[in-house]
Amino acid sequence: MLSSALFFLFAGFAIVCAISMVYHRNPLYSAISLVGVFISLACIYLSLAAPFMAVVQILVYAGAIMVLVVFVIMLLNLDDDAAPNRLGYLYALGGGLGVVLLAQTLFVFYSVSRTPTHDIDPSLTPGATISIGQAMYTQYLLPVEIVGVMLMMAIIGSVILARRLDPKRLELVVEDELERRHEKEAMEEPRISF
Amino acid sequence: MEPNLASYLALSGILFSIGCVGVIFKRNAIGMFMCIELMLNSVNLTFVAFSRYYGDTTGQLFVFMVMAVAACEAAVGLGIIIAFFRNKVSVDVDDASLMKN
Repeated sequence: MLSSALFFLFAGFAIVCAISMVYHRNPLYSAISLVGVFISLACIYLSLAAPFMAVVQILVYAGAIMVLVVFVIMLLNLDDDAAPNRLGYLYALGGGLGVVLLAQTLFVFYSVSRTPTHDIDPSLTPGATISIGQAMYTQYLLPVEIVGVMLMMAIIGSVILARRLDPKRLELVVEDELERRHEKEAMEEPRISF
Repeated sequence: MEPNLASYLALSGILFSIGCVGVIFKRNAIGMFMCIELMLNSVNLTFVAFSRYYGDTTGQLFVFMVMAVAACEAAVGLGIIIAFFRNKVSVDVDDASLMKN
C-alpha cells in the first residue's frame, strides 16, 4: 500500500514537472523543473531496489549535467523564448506525434497488464551495488573501457569547441578591458589623492 | 493497486511522449537539449524496471552507459551551443539556417 502511494506520488510529480518544463518559456524555469523530474525518478529507482542507480542519477544528472546547463544559461544571459511564430505544421506534427506516442503507451499498458504478472524473485538482487560492480568489471569490462575513452574524447572535443578560435578577437577583448581599467584608475586617482 | 511492470512502462512512455513533443515545440537549443535528456531518462526508467522484474543486472549496466553518453552529450552539446551563440548572439534554432537554400 505504501509502495503504491509513493509510486503514484513520485510518478505524478515527475509528469507535472515534465509538463512544466515544456510549458515554461524561461530556460531557467525549465531547468529547475527538469531537476524535479530527475529527483522523482531517483526516488522511483529506490522503490525498484536500485540504490546505486538512484545515487548516480542524483550525482550525474541533477548534479553535474544540470549544473552545466544552468551555468550555460547564466553565462549566455538568456531571455525568455520568443513568442511562437513557427509554421503551423510543426505544431500539428508535434501534437500528432504526442497523441500517437500516448496511444502506443496506453496500448502497451493494456497489453502488459493483461499478461500474467511476473513475480519478482527475491533471491536475485540486480540493483545491488555489488552485483553491478561484479558485472561491470567481469562481463562488461570492454564496454566500460570504451565509455572511458568516449568521456576523454568528449572532454577534448568540448575544450576545442568552446575556446576562442580567433586570436585577434581575443587581443581586442583584452585591449578593451585594459583600456577600461586605465580609464577607471584615471578617474579614481583624484579621489584617492583628495 | 500495487505498481507492477505495466505502470512503470506507462510512466516511462508518458515522459517520453512529453519529451518528444517538447523537442518539436521548443525553439531554443538549450530547451531542446533538456527535452532530449528527459527522453533518455524515460528510457533509463524502462531499463531499471525490466532489470528489477527479470532479475538481470544487464539493464543497470545499460543505464550506466546511457548516463555516460548523456554526460558526453552535455559537454559537447553545450560547447556547440556556446560556439553558436558567439557567432549569432542567439540560441534560437531557427537562426541556424546557414545551409538553407
